[in-house]
Amino acid sequence: MRWFWIDRYTEFVSGQHATAIKNVSLAEDHLHDHFPGAPVMPNSLVLEGMAQAAGLLVAQKNDFRFEVVLAKVAKVEFHFLARPGDMLVYKAKIEDAKEGGAFTSVTSHVEGRLQAEAEIFFAHLERGEGREAMFDPETIINWLRAVRMFEVGRDADGKPLQIPNLAADAGISPVAGGNGQP
Amino acid sequence: MLSHEQIFEKVRTALVDALGVDEDEVTPNATMVGDLGAESIDFLDIVFRLEKAFDIKIPRGELFPEDILNNAEYLNDGKVTPAGIEQLKKRMPFADLSKFEANPVVQDFVLVLTVQDLVRYVESKLNQGKVPAG
Repeated sequence: MRWFWIDRYTEFVSGQHATAIKNVSLAEDHLHDHFPGAPVMPNSLVLEGMAQAAGLLVAQKNDFRFEVVLAKVAKVEFHFLARPGDMLVYKAKIEDAKEGGAFTSVTSHVEGRLQAEAEIFFAHLERGEGREAMFDPETIINWLRAVRMFEVGRDADGKPLQIPNLAADAGISPVAGGNGQP
Repeated sequence: MLSHEQIFEKVRTALVDALGVDEDEVTPNATMVGDLGAESIDFLDIVFRLEKAFDIKIPRGELFPEDILNNAEYLNDGKVTPAGIEQLKKRMPFADLSKFEANPVVQDFVLVLTVQDLVRYVESKLNQGKVPAG
């Protein structure tokens, strides 16, 4: 099982910014203990979702050539707690990027109210480099399909993003499909 | 043109934001790693903030010449050789390497860089920009 903390993208502009949503549901087990009778989404998981929204944006900017890892949360502030029934809208923006990593800013809104804001750094790791790969290409593609990135993703000129052929680079069997449609 | 004090103020702001330290901890002689607790990933953060604050570009390896420190040619028994020290001095004219030179254990190199070194580095970058090309 993967650790999915965004439900889907509603906007994804390559190398620039993206919007993702997370619907908080009382059906999520962990809310039953956090806390009994007063379920609230843990802020750490809000931050994880914000990092996922931004991290996939950073990974796509580099055509998935690097493994993108959350390196540092330079700043994070929460203004109120998210509860079941809330829809969190995460807006991620790449502020700056270079060879070694990227600097992003991310906000979380509920019904237009600022719920959280963060500055998040990602480091780029070369694939391989004498260690086990953390993500295989197929997993990433399936993740992006699940969160509907290929349905809304556009390049800087407004053209739809294509599913990259990561499998060929990694020498594994190709991923099914390829036209960006589910 | 920014004065030395103005540059120091901006460097201090970058370090306060990147490292979560108090302003009064950021003194010229404070070392980045030993005194301010910077970890390797913080250097990437600091580079982004300095580039933005001063509108400069900081190429990889310029502030921290990892390529020299990883080069077997310049290492002997965990220490940087005199030739390696020469290279470091050439690459890092902004840093005071005299203490490191006395006992140049590679692993201690990260303890060398001070706030003052960063300020001097930024100053050198800003001055470079003013020299007409050619």
